[in-house]
Amino acid sequence: MEMVKVTVDGQTVEVPKGSTILAAAKKAGIKIPTLCHHEDLNVNAMCRICVVEVVGARTLQAACSQPVSDGMVIITNSPAVRQARKMNLELLLSNHPQDCLNCVRNQRCELQTLADQLGVQQQRFGTKTRPEYPKDDSAAALVRDPDKCILCRRCVEVCHDVQSVGAIAPANRGIKTQILPAGGVDLNNVACVQCGQCTLVCPVGALYEQDHTERVWAALADPEKHVVVQTAPAIRVSIGEEFGMEPGQVTTGQLVAALRRLGFDRVFDTDFTADLTIIEEGHELIDRLNNGGVLPMITSCSPGWIKFIEHFYPEYLDHLSTCKSPQQMFGALAKTYYAEKAGLDPKDIYVVSIMPCTAKKFECGRPEMSSTGYPDVDAVLTTRELGKMLRQAGIVFSELPEEQYDEPFGITTGAGVIFGASGGVMEAALRTVYEVVTNETLPSVDFTAVRGIEGIKEAEVDLKGTKVKVAVANGLGNARKLMDLIKEGKADYQFIEIMCCPGGCIGGGGQPIPTTNEIRKKRIEAIYEADADLPLRKSHENPAVKTLYEEFLDKPLGEKSHQLLHTHYTKRNKYPQKSVG
Amino acid sequence: MAIYRSHVLVCGGTPCLLKGARTIRNLFQQEINRYQMADEIRVVETGCLGPCDEGPVVIIYPEGVMYSRLQPTDIPKIVEHHLYKGRVVEELVYRERKDSKEISSKVPLEGEKYLDRQKRVVLRNCGRINPDLIEEYIANHGYEALGKVLTELRPEQVVEIVTASKLQGRGGAGFPTGLKWSFTAKTQADRKYIVCNADEGEPGTFKDRLIMEGDPHSIIEGMAIAGYAVGAEEGIIYIRGEYHLSIERMARAIRQANEHGLLGKNIFGSGFSFQIEIRSGAGAYICGEETALIESIEGSRGEPRVKPPYPGVAGLWGKPTVVNNVETLANIAPIILNGPEWFRSIGTESSPGTKVFTMLGDINNQGLIEVPMGITLREIVYEVGGGIPGGKGFKMAQTGGTSGGCLPMEFLDMPMDYDTLSKVGSALGSGAMLIIDDTHCIVDVLKSFMKFFCHESCGKCTPCREGNTRLYEILTALSAGTATKAHIQLMKDLARTMQLTALCGLGQSAPNSLITCLRFFADEIEAHLNGKCPTGVCKSLATQFEAV
Ligand SMILES: Cc1cc2nc3c(=O)[nH]c(=O)nc-3n(C[C@H](O)[C@H](O)[C@H](O)COP(=O)(O)O)c2cc1C
Ligand code: SF4
Ligand code: SF4
Ligand code: SF4
Ligand code: SF4
Ligand code: FES
Repeated sequence: MEMVKVTVDGQTVEVPKGSTILAAAKKAGIKIPTLCHHEDLNVNAMCRICVVEVVGARTLQAACSQPVSDGMVIITNSPAVRQARKMNLELLLSNHPQDCLNCVRNQRCELQTLADQLGVQQQRFGTKTRPEYPKDDSAAALVRDPDKCILCRRCVEVCHDVQSVGAIAPANRGIKTQILPAGGVDLNNVACVQCGQCTLVCPVGALYEQDHTERVWAALADPEKHVVVQTAPAIRVSIGEEFGMEPGQVTTGQLVAALRRLGFDRVFDTDFTADLTIIEEGHELIDRLNNGGVLPMITSCSPGWIKFIEHFYPEYLDHLSTCKSPQQMFGALAKTYYAEKAGLDPKDIYVVSIMPCTAKKFECGRPEMSSTGYPDVDAVLTTRELGKMLRQAGIVFSELPEEQYDEPFGITTGAGVIFGASGGVMEAALRTVYEVVTNETLPSVDFTAVRGIEGIKEAEVDLKGTKVKVAVANGLGNARKLMDLIKEGKADYQFIEIMCCPGGCIGGGGQPIPTTNEIRKKRIEAIYEADADLPLRKSHENPAVKTLYEEFLDKPLGEKSHQLLHTHYTKRNKYPQKSVG
Repeated sequence: MAIYRSHVLVCGGTPCLLKGARTIRNLFQQEINRYQMADEIRVVETGCLGPCDEGPVVIIYPEGVMYSRLQPTDIPKIVEHHLYKGRVVEELVYRERKDSKEISSKVPLEGEKYLDRQKRVVLRNCGRINPDLIEEYIANHGYEALGKVLTELRPEQVVEIVTASKLQGRGGAGFPTGLKWSFTAKTQADRKYIVCNADEGEPGTFKDRLIMEGDPHSIIEGMAIAGYAVGAEEGIIYIRGEYHLSIERMARAIRQANEHGLLGKNIFGSGFSFQIEIRSGAGAYICGEETALIESIEGSRGEPRVKPPYPGVAGLWGKPTVVNNVETLANIAPIILNGPEWFRSIGTESSPGTKVFTMLGDINNQGLIEVPMGITLREIVYEVGGGIPGGKGFKMAQTGGTSGGCLPMEFLDMPMDYDTLSKVGSALGSGAMLIIDDTHCIVDVLKSFMKFFCHESCGKCTPCREGNTRLYEILTALSAGTATKAHIQLMKDLARTMQLTALCGLGQSAPNSLITCLRFFADEIEAHLNGKCPTGVCKSLATQFEAV
């Protein structure tokens, strides 16, 4: 790699040619303040906070976008630089509601942090010059608060570039510029898949999840309710970050303890229904392979992905596995099998999920997700919302003892855990399908080819003569690539796993902020660590799942399964729908 | 081609057309037919002839007599006396307006300055040929330069000639054209583009329109030469949407050039192919900025891109792209034919050539002129421009359009060229000159400029999106008498931040007028702090002051 030498505030550093000034300064130990820049996204260089002096240049340069050249002399801390940064920040603040105390992002807000960092202590401009924009809470999972938007466009980048959805875009000009759902309608009326990736990158409180904490507090306080909670696989490797722990720590035991302290009657694990999903979906795959069913079969546990295919590839819905997601299977069983076993009236059971995902809030409200006559799941909390509740309750997470999940839905395998990372569902399915089809024990349970954060992964498995070609995609931009291959007839896969969010659920839209690709990688490592630590690693070895079939479901793809654990899909529109009324 | 004794050139520029030039043309033809002179005298509709507020305008050649402000009733008289009897109709002849006498008395006025001072390079054919006939362009050395480069010169020689001419881009920034071409020529790519920037969003400016309507082939020829020089085979002319006549004439010219084998495949058997496509602009001022223009051609929201990469290396569809202004391209053929030394002999050492200026505001001769670079402001205002109407005094000139700086009296003898103007915080820009007389209030004038930028900011970057409305807000407070001394400082700091940090030229130059006025008209601006508007324009202040 060609290296160039530059001088940053008097220090000479060597960096690869083409590096930004931002990177060169970092190498010199200087953290240039940024706002619109995000390490995983295209550079738009529009906030103009990161400006620096480059000797010889007529204007200040944006450090996040300007590449260095050999011999460049950079000054990051001159009076002109300080004044310009502060002025641009003041301009943003002067049109921003001074509402920190009531804001979801209070104390976790990049704008607020910058104001402190750059020493803004007075308001030199008058009142707001832009109109007040109302909140848009039309979507089941998300809230847009355009009044707080500072127009950094990170959300637009992630929605267009990473997710290839393009639900939101800049509209209007000058001071009236806004980021709006396409066509200017409510978010609910565009093809937004409610993945929440935009909430992860928004530096302020302009995009966030619909709050479910209040209804959960109410349920917990209601003596009539038996409140059970399930935790998705990805939570155990990320909740610690809400309390300042380093990314990549496995905190399963503390998570269980924390939930007990919040007052949940039973603490269960979604990993259990992840194992169950593998049994159902594995048999569905075997059935499609043997009986000429629609192939490739595509996984269905990611509700953002489901909404995406419904909007953008509605003609391919029969490729989807009919399995509900583990969250919904859990709810359906909690209000039937568990209710029976525990001698409870299903109407008194309140099911809460802790999910790394915003789209799960949308999923639990889908009309087909009430197969018991009640909603399968009553409330979905994101990892962030759980963090908030624990802080409200004064629970000191790092000091909690490790506790065990309750039975029966707390008995799980490593296969369930890895659902949390991209490739995990595929690997778990292969562990089971191989042994069911071949009647032989796997030589090694680790299918490393499908692991990791890479966008599209492929592998081939030899099921004793029958070769099965599989593919795994994470992030909807990659999902789109696979779908286009299928459309062009160029995909010779039998089985595809698709996760809506980059890196899989560990990178979900409900995860702690920040969630970057570097952090995602650490969470992925932690997931496989948790898998390796478990005595059982294959779903079909889960004793509680076996009991469930013996006592209740009878057999995979049986009548009860069909009624409770499988679902169907809805064709949706690609283009904005006019708001009604 | 038939030989005609006389040509009657009727201005077909939009302002003249609006004032009934078509009727005038038809009347000329009708009268000429009546005198049975149709095979001796030819009536031609031309591109804009320049003095637009004097329209409809007609020039009769070979005498070169210009008649202005024509009424239908004047036509029989001109045909009878001038064309039939050979006597000029003195009372209808275009004259520099004399009501400016007292002011311009300091400057000696000799004869028809308006026409004398001009040097026509870019506008060489405008008003002299029928823009709808390629034959007339060819008859005036048209496409000779293209023939020369294709048959005698290697591409790098063409770049060298343009570099040696020191031609600077006429679209605003004044970037050396030869250097720009050399970047694209050097970049390897399977496709390259030549984009002609004819968006012309600057209020009151219409030089590019004039060239497109009056001499469309000069642009086509310039683009083809550029294409050959840098290795591009595709050209796009991005024309402001409202310019219907320009679009129509350019389209016709492209068609004719194709028919004559001057565009298309294998031109002059040289192996070089070039074609041109027209795109009509989205209407926003910012779409004239080269990267916003490219975004707009690509079908996206017209917003500037982050540079680098520059368009010369990665522009339209990510391919190396030369973006040149209409006027820049119209200079190319004469440079090739007459040589770079000839070009450098016109204008000044650092800024050679001519410049087309648009004179606007409080000036007698509004409209377009082409003069050598380096002409002084005084010459423009008092000689070419005919002084200020109503005997009023000169207050300031804003050079370079709305984004230029404002120059007071003291700068009247400053030469107008790229270097000199940028040194005093102004710009030559696209050549718009707004003259403002001494009855106007600086604060009021600045308010109108800032309002323009509030409206035209694309909204992408912070300093421009937020800054312009804040500057406007403070100026409004000044004119309402509610501003404080701290506001002036805030305005200075903000304006400086915009210059230093805005993403594109619009936001960087939006505060130029304000910054220069804060320097040159500080007293008048600060008077507003004490509740006083010296010119009495800020009404609320005037009454407030009287009430005290
Ligand atoms: C806000 C803005 C508006 C502009 N508008 C025009 C325009 O209307 N026409 C034009 O030729 N150049 C315009 N420019 C300049 C172009 O970005 C570009 O520099 C020019 O087209 C290059 O051509 P030249 O080198 O021949 O001057 C504008 C620049 C800015 C910043
Ligand atoms: S977004 Fe940030 S700065 Fe704005 S109100 Fe919320 S916490 Fe405060
Ligand atoms: S939730 Fe996902 S699809 Fe919807 S706007 Fe945000 S990023 Fe786009
Ligand atoms: S909503 Fe958030 S991420 Fe999107 S532009 Fe506004 S501030 Fe940036
Ligand atoms: S300076 Fe103004 S016009 Fe240019 S990018 Fe910024 S907001 Fe848009
Ligand atoms: S962080 Fe560089 S411009 Fe916003």
